[in-house]
Amino acid sequence: MLDLKKIRADFPILKREVNGKPLVYFDNAATSQTPQQVIDVIIDYYSNYNANIHRGVHALSQEATDKYEAARHTIQKHFNAKHAHEIIYTSGTTHSINLIANGFASLLKKGDEIIVSALEHHSNIVPWQMLCEKTGAILKVIPMNQDGELVMHEYDNLLNENTKLVFTNHISNALGTINPIEEIINKAHQVGAAVLIDGAQACPHVKPDVQDLDVDFYVASAHKMCGPTGVGMLYGKEEWLNKLPPYQGGGEMIAEVSFTKTTYAGLPHKFEAGTPNICGGIAFGAAIDYMNTIGFDAIAKYEHELLEYATKALIEIEGLKIYGTANNKTSVVSFNLEGIHPYDVGTILDKLGIAVRTGHHCAQPIMDFFKIPGTVRASFAFYNTKEEIDALVSGVKKAKMMLS
Amino acid sequence: MNIQEIQNEIIEEFSMFEDWEERYQYMIDLGKTLPLIEAQYKTEDNIIKGCQSKVWVHAELKEDKIAFTADSDAIITKGIIAILIRVFSNQHPAAILEANTDFIDQIGLKEHLSPTRANGLVSMIKQLKLYAIAYQTQLN
Ligand SMILES: Cc1ncc(COP(=O)(O)O)c(C=O)c1O
Repeated sequence: MLDLKKIRADFPILKREVNGKPLVYFDNAATSQTPQQVIDVIIDYYSNYNANIHRGVHALSQEATDKYEAARHTIQKHFNAKHAHEIIYTSGTTHSINLIANGFASLLKKGDEIIVSALEHHSNIVPWQMLCEKTGAILKVIPMNQDGELVMHEYDNLLNENTKLVFTNHISNALGTINPIEEIINKAHQVGAAVLIDGAQACPHVKPDVQDLDVDFYVASAHKMCGPTGVGMLYGKEEWLNKLPPYQGGGEMIAEVSFTKTTYAGLPHKFEAGTPNICGGIAFGAAIDYMNTIGFDAIAKYEHELLEYATKALIEIEGLKIYGTANNKTSVVSFNLEGIHPYDVGTILDKLGIAVRTGHHCAQPIMDFFKIPGTVRASFAFYNTKEEIDALVSGVKKAKMMLS
Repeated sequence: MNIQEIQNEIIEEFSMFEDWEERYQYMIDLGKTLPLIEAQYKTEDNIIKGCQSKVWVHAELKEDKIAFTADSDAIITKGIIAILIRVFSNQHPAAILEANTDFIDQIGLKEHLSPTRANGLVSMIKQLKLYAIAYQTQLN
């Protein structure tokens, strides 16, 4: 059982009012809120030991370096990576994906195939399209069904000896579908393809074990898991990271430089050119610690309760349709009121102090599939309450009354 | 009426509303009742794509004034469009170019004209002004 009162007290922002009403924050899938424990770490960094890392001999630099590397170990342990150098700090999921897509440019040839799922964040499809343009590889898509689940027998048909890379999200941001990534990974490995899993939406809810999954690459963003924006991670199996060329040139990523030749630094520094988001990395570690203190089992159980509670109340509203009805989904409800534009619903909810996301959620292909301009998306976190869901439900009813 | 007079009239109308709900209900009702654009002008060419809602704008020169018609797929956006059209339509290009939209602030709808709102309204106002420039050149 979660102690909601205590947990909510950890998040100063939850005390805020918006438009004269207590804030109800249901846009957690876009960015989660930050607990005081993480805010304190950020303040401590800038107040006490702000310095560049891996460079100075002085005390501050050493302290900052130690804490930054300790956070890497926290991330390693959390994801159960074999080595700390298999964890690369990035600016977020998008950066991580681009780093891998860029690396594969030197490994792919014409006629090779990349498989992505129909449930992707559309900004994440672009790096693969660019990669295909560059290399002549072919992009294939695992389709989804009306419930927003991937059609797995179609996936079987797409796999063959030309498949070099499979990319899918662990959990869909628009619909909340939890994808069967174990099966996706196993089957890809049977044809010798590598697998990259986008865990941006999964990591706030579950604790992935990358060795158990046997996944080749796994990526996530801190800002969706109680950490700050602008920092994220890339896990890659050592042998894969050694195979990929560096992404950006700059300081930190080199061992020796002359004008004729540069030798790259070893992992993880080969992929960490320039001064990183030091404070962000340290705070990322603190965010992971915080979430583990709450406990992922308890989080999953409670969020599932919230999801069921919200789903049950919302579908009772006449004319409300929920998109994404997979059996296995996280605490996201994407919906529309019949004949009413999601933007209008979101605007009224905002007036009531309720923060939801409206629009296509960067998943235009999914919206096209359902032939809708977008949805209203309420996404719940472990610090939300049933009372807040009651406020959402009455807000939706009010929006319906005003708009129809 | 000139643009300033119409804006003043709108500000006065809105001053009668007690709270946001009345203001929004008024806009929603405006959005619902007004046929703003003829179907034939609801084309790809006339579309302004906001990330959130779509806006269509059509302009025609009638003697020395511009008649605007516009529409949106979102009703609140459409209500605001109705207000903007009331202000800018059937005015001289020069007057349209001179006018600003500060009155929106005064009627409590400022957030809808934020460039980051992505509802297409800011681009729509830009488009109205571009039409005004084009027609003014034509008139000169
Ligand atoms: C599934 C998924 N992948 C990737 C991203 C992009 O993450 P970031 O903006 O932190 O790079 C998001 C964020 O919305 C997401 O939901």
